Amino acid sequence: MSYLTDRKRAQGTGAGRQGTHHHWQMMASSTALVFLVPLFVFTFANGLGGTYEEVLAYYSRPFPAIITGLTLVVVIIHLVREAQVAIEDYVHGVAEKLSLMAVAAFGYTLIAAGLFALVKLAL
Amino acid sequence: MVQLTLPKNSRITTGKTWPKPEGATNVRKFQIYRWNPDDGQNPRVDTYFVDMDSCGPMVLDALIKIKNEIDPTLTFRRSCREGICGSCAMNIDGINTLACIYGMDEIKGDVKIYPLPHMPVVKDLIPDLTHFYAQHASIMPWLETKTNRPAKEWKQSIEDRKKLDGLYECVMCASCSTSCPSYWWNGDRYLGPAALLHAYRWIIDSRDEATGERLDELEDPFKLYRCHTIMNCAKTCPKGLNPAKAIAEIKKMMVERAV
Repeated sequence: MSYLTDRKRAQGTGAGRQGTHHHWQMMASSTALVFLVPLFVFTFANGLGGTYEEVLAYYSRPFPAIITGLTLVVVIIHLVREAQVAIEDYVHGVAEKLSLMAVAAFGYTLIAAGLFALVKLAL
Repeated sequence: MVQLTLPKNSRITTGKTWPKPEGATNVRKFQIYRWNPDDGQNPRVDTYFVDMDSCGPMVLDALIKIKNEIDPTLTFRRSCREGICGSCAMNIDGINTLACIYGMDEIKGDVKIYPLPHMPVVKDLIPDLTHFYAQHASIMPWLETKTNRPAKEWKQSIEDRKKLDGLYECVMCASCSTSCPSYWWNGDRYLGPAALLHAYRWIIDSRDEATGERLDELEDPFKLYRCHTIMNCAKTCPKGLNPAKAIAEIKKMMVERAV
């Protein structure tokens, strides 16, 4: 219980002066994924069914490797940002901050692991 | 953390069933949410039977008839009874709307009436809209000018005036905000569709000189960006307005000035 006025309660601590950058980044990554996902499916399907050596040789070519790397990075960054929004929606307080950190750590670890695997395949 | 179940003292129980009107042949069943803050009881749903041959066509007509002839303790807001004041907003047949302009012929089966969802209840069908109104006040719902000329009326072209259509008609009934899941979960910080529609109404007004400050005040992950374009607001608005479009226009302006 606190004797705040209704207006003060509604205004809180004011505007955070951020949000547009996140919104724009989501639009940009969504647009990029419109092109990247079909290209990734196409290249991945082309590499399917081959022997280990054939797949290694396939991912040593620049086009499939670059498309896979780009898709991996953009998808996971998009996922992390979307997860951030979902967490902000439903989890509040300290649990929110910890969840945001955990999701970011998980996402960037996935990117690092994925790129490491891709580099091992390609080089 | 989001609460997925109602607290024990908010769980709805079965209430009283009032007798059917004697001699009536055209009777309709109404199930209405009741809660009295003074009796210490859980909310309940009372059942009423209304003689439709002696009742007007709108849901509000039936509510007034119930209050006048069956149960005078039934509490609800109403004033203009023609969709202008926004007082009688409630959840009817699962839809947030105005009881005065919602015809009973649009409802199949029993008529189920609850207060606007996810708001504190004052009594029966009356939600506490204090925070909703304070959020509206926070967006500065007035013409803000910095120059003192012209000293007479400020002109507006026909084209600029047309930009206010679909915005100025909002009657602040709160049907849209209380239908929005984002507002349910984060109503303390998210301004909600109604306040944002009004914010856009002043942002887009050609005579207003505080456009930048208004956008600054909305630049926030919660105040504006909790809108996920769910579109419940546009679906439920009893005046046929589209708050989601107004919010999208604000987001476009935000991007245009930042990128």
